[in-house]
Amino acid sequence: MGWLRRFHDLVIKNQVKLTQLDSAIGDADHGINMARGMAAVMQKLDGMHPADVNELLKTVAMTLLTSVGGASGPLYGTFFLRFGRAAGSVRELDPAALASALRAGLAGIVERGKAEPGDKTMVDALLPAVDAMDTVIKSGGDLDTAVTTARDAAAGGRDATVPLVARKGRASYLGERSANHMDPGAASMALLFDALAAEIAG
Amino acid sequence: MKKLINDSQDVVAEALLGIEAARPEVRVDHANRIIYRRDAPRTGKVGLVSGGGSGHEPLHGGYVGLGMLDAACAGEIFTSPTPDQMLEATKGVDSGAGVLHIVKNYTGDVMNFEMAAELAAADTGITVESVVINDDVAVQDSLYTAGRRGVGVTVLLEKLVGAAAEQGRPLPELVTLARAVNGSGRSMGMALTSCTVPAAGRPTFELAEDEMELGIGIHGEPGRRRVPMRSAREIAQQLMEPILADLEFTSGPVIVMVNGMGGTPLIELYVMYSEVAKIMEKAGVTAARNLVGNYITSLEMAGCSVTVLRASEEWIELWDAPVNTAGLRWGI
Repeated sequence: MGWLRRFHDLVIKNQVKLTQLDSAIGDADHGINMARGMAAVMQKLDGMHPADVNELLKTVAMTLLTSVGGASGPLYGTFFLRFGRAAGSVRELDPAALASALRAGLAGIVERGKAEPGDKTMVDALLPAVDAMDTVIKSGGDLDTAVTTARDAAAGGRDATVPLVARKGRASYLGERSANHMDPGAASMALLFDALAAEIAG
Repeated sequence: MKKLINDSQDVVAEALLGIEAARPEVRVDHANRIIYRRDAPRTGKVGLVSGGGSGHEPLHGGYVGLGMLDAACAGEIFTSPTPDQMLEATKGVDSGAGVLHIVKNYTGDVMNFEMAAELAAADTGITVESVVINDDVAVQDSLYTAGRRGVGVTVLLEKLVGAAAEQGRPLPELVTLARAVNGSGRSMGMALTSCTVPAAGRPTFELAEDEMELGIGIHGEPGRRRVPMRSAREIAQQLMEPILADLEFTSGPVIVMVNGMGGTPLIELYVMYSEVAKIMEKAGVTAARNLVGNYITSLEMAGCSVTVLRASEEWIELWDAPVNTAGLRWGI
């Protein structure tokens, strides 16, 4: 819940920046849509007492699906839906469960959007973050290290989208001209990991 | 930004209020942002549902009515509507004969309509089929992109398939017709100016006085190439060449559309049509029917697109069938 509130705050704070990134290579609405979606999520969660992680994230997913629109609605919606389903009916996630829930969310996004690494999409921030978290946890690292490593990997993946030529989504219509711009979806995904790391740090 | 709006957040909702007040042939579900044909669902008739981001008016809401769509879902400006809207529209137009989703090939639209069809299958038992329109020849390399976009052919397809649905033809036949129409049409567009999404407040891109953007879509997104500004004659060549190179159009009659992007006056569109007609005559292409005007737009963008559709005599009859919508009206 705290993670989602922090994500909401970061999306609102970076709304203009996300929309500017989308103006360069897309249709100038990513920040607006994500801000509307996360505001709707916060409103929905206000006063709600979900029984478990799955119920919480299912609500988040359905709210995003019905309020964001565009491609980001189904993609973030599918991410939280699969994340929640993988987490199941627990109230807290241990590090290993968190990592595998994130992995399930990633699989959902890939299935829905059919993007591959290097296509200049949100997958380019999400995949390295999930991989980095796995590596830390498998080598016995603590949660704090795992989420900060994931945050840095997401930011690295986001920055690495700058030189890429887009092959999925609306930016792909620009061909070579999509290079030298950061992907807005990767940028918002990196915020999700900023929020996670900040929440775990407390 | 100077626009005739009250609040940038309310543009779509308030436009729907205006449509409801102005158009007797439709009714509006404001909660779900759906424009229905007033008498939907029609017994025995397949329901035709389309939808997409707003800002392309008259598409899609202006094509709801007799002889075209049964329902259109309105998204935010340039943003796909959501699966729950599409599911609601699907339920609202089904009379037991099934529902056809008419989808333009954009990542968001395709994903949201896919999820709506999955929900319809899981929750309702309504038979839903989809056709995805991808007629934009500006997208050359569909292997490394999200594929060709759905643009001008959408208007012609909604008319032809709408007329066939009005005759009571069954869903599988409409699916076959819709796919054939999509496969027979090609479009190419260009922009003289950008456009401003109200909530963004600034133009999506900048074009200098001596520049134009070739190969644009309909979302104010930049196109494939920025090139020096040219005369209408040369621009017509630049639009028609890739269309005529992509498909054989000399074997029968065609329907041609010179479409304004929203900010170009009709007088310029007629200048364009005269150039397009000359090029077609030279290429041995016969325009049996045409449209000149604003039919699928990109807010206040100046510019135009050209669509050429290879038609049969049967399709010309479907074209001529009565239609009563805000965007197209004849034969009634």
